[in-house]
Amino acid sequence: MIDIGLGHYLTLGAIIFSLGIIGIFLNRKNIIVILMSVELILLAVNINLISFSIFSGDILGQIFTMLILTVAAAEAAIGLAIIVVFYRNKGSIRVEDIHEMKG
Amino acid sequence: MLFHSIFFYFFSIIAIFSALMVITSRSTINSVFFLILDFISIGCLFIMVGAEFLGIIILIVYVGAVAVLFLFVVMMLNVAQQKQSWFIGKKSSHIPFGLVVSVIIFLELLVVLGGWKYKKNIMSSSNLFINENISNTHLIGTVMYTDYILYFQISGIILLLSMIGAIVLTYQKKDNIKKQSYINQISREKITSIELKKVEFEKGVKIDD
Repeated sequence: MIDIGLGHYLTLGAIIFSLGIIGIFLNRKNIIVILMSVELILLAVNINLISFSIFSGDILGQIFTMLILTVAAAEAAIGLAIIVVFYRNKGSIRVEDIHEMKG
Repeated sequence: MLFHSIFFYFFSIIAIFSALMVITSRSTINSVFFLILDFISIGCLFIMVGAEFLGIIILIVYVGAVAVLFLFVVMMLNVAQQKQSWFIGKKSSHIPFGLVVSVIIFLELLVVLGGWKYKKNIMSSSNLFINENISNTHLIGTVMYTDYILYFQISGIILLLSMIGAIVLTYQKKDNIKKQSYINQISREKITSIELKKVEFEKGVKIDD
């Protein structure tokens, strides 16, 4: 309990990852919260990579964290642009109103 | 070691609470604020565990760029009318399945964690060891600009592509705005722009004809 090891960080990553997945599934309001849940999931992955990198004494995990950070920023920009275009066309970004593809 | 555990529990409890509030708060703008709080506490954890460069990068990139981008989009779109509380309206059938899937994924991650305990020695697959004598930023730089320069440049190309894609997606062509025409500007020549006139005595020239 007092000794903080690798398992504590991995548990924190697992909890945040699961919260992100719950946020994707339970969302009924708008798509922006789904994008935020994806950001939470990527953050959990970063926690795992950095904790393994620190506790195994290997710098490689931090390099990959920077690459994931880049991809997350690009994904947020593209996703928000798509949301803006969708709102301009339809006038709503509620999840229930998005049913063009009958999914 | 005691302070390490105290700060770990402090930041991680704040992070889990704010992640919970991101997915459950009623208005979207509160979700963005809790997302910022989550990023800040995770960044503090990174700094505390010894990856100080990435902690600062998390603060700069996520809080400074991504969260502000979310805030701008939330303020630009009219999401204030669309806030509605949970489980009101049509009941959808995918919520129980989603909960079950999330809980199963969490249990699987915990099983992986428990299995990890049995393997005592963590094996490192590369030989890029963390040297305690030089700083974290220096170490990342020495690895990233030499062995991983290709990935570094590919990530730059990804950022460029996302910028171009966002501009192309949200660009609107408007007719009532006067804009610069580069082609006309560059292709002007002396013949079309200057005209020599013979000025007659005491008559002058009319300019606007």
